Amino acid sequence: MNNEPIYTAYHPRWLRPPMSTYWWLGKWPYVKFILRELSSIFVAWFVIHLLLLFRAVRGGEAAYQRFLDFSAHPVVLTVNVVAFFFIVFHALTWFAVAPQAIVAHMGKKRVPPLLIAASHYGAWAVVSAILSWLLLR
Amino acid sequence: MAKTRRPIEPLLWLLFSAGGMASAMLMPALVFLLGLAFPLGWLGAPDYDHLRTLMLHPVTRLVLFGVCMLSLFHWAHRFKYTLYDGLQVKHLNELLNTVCYGGAIVGSIVAAYLLWR
Repeated sequence: MNNEPIYTAYHPRWLRPPMSTYWWLGKWPYVKFILRELSSIFVAWFVIHLLLLFRAVRGGEAAYQRFLDFSAHPVVLTVNVVAFFFIVFHALTWFAVAPQAIVAHMGKKRVPPLLIAASHYGAWAVVSAILSWLLLR
Repeated sequence: MAKTRRPIEPLLWLLFSAGGMASAMLMPALVFLLGLAFPLGWLGAPDYDHLRTLMLHPVTRLVLFGVCMLSLFHWAHRFKYTLYDGLQVKHLNELLNTVCYGGAIVGSIVAAYLLWR
């Protein structure tokens, strides 16, 4: 007896109605999803901003002053205002899903999701405070 | 036909995830201070000598490199899949990989060069 399945070259056409490029515009959760994904552009932009700052600080006092003038330019300032909102949005959404992404156990018990969320927000506050202290003291 | 396997996918996801965490922890405070509060004069910008000592410290450089490299891979992964799913450009997969992950690799090399040259 032959158990090999019999394949044929014929395959029916999938019924896949074409989807609009703007499929995500209809509902707020989809828009939110796309905005969250687009926050990564501003994360990348701020990497560039940080490296420019480092280069300026290394380049001497005049270069640092030029960087301060550059960051006060209306265009750069506008980009950074938008970047601030996107990056905060990224942080909030990131910490919000952390309890779903991280399933930690202590002994045999699962660490409650609320504790995981709280520890992320706590760490965020501590890190922000340290950074502010370093830059402002 | 064999299913396409990409053994590198878990590594890329790990970098995406680490970058998401690093940027979420560090960047809101930094972009608020460096991008808004100092340029708008809400707070006084740090004086040069203090900032120089702080930024040229080996630990700062290492942290900056980690944040930059991981954040770039975070961007690469998210941006690639945004275009991939959002614009449904599956036929451009190779190009997207090159631009996004290639961009993150080049960016990391540039960051290392700027931080330690």
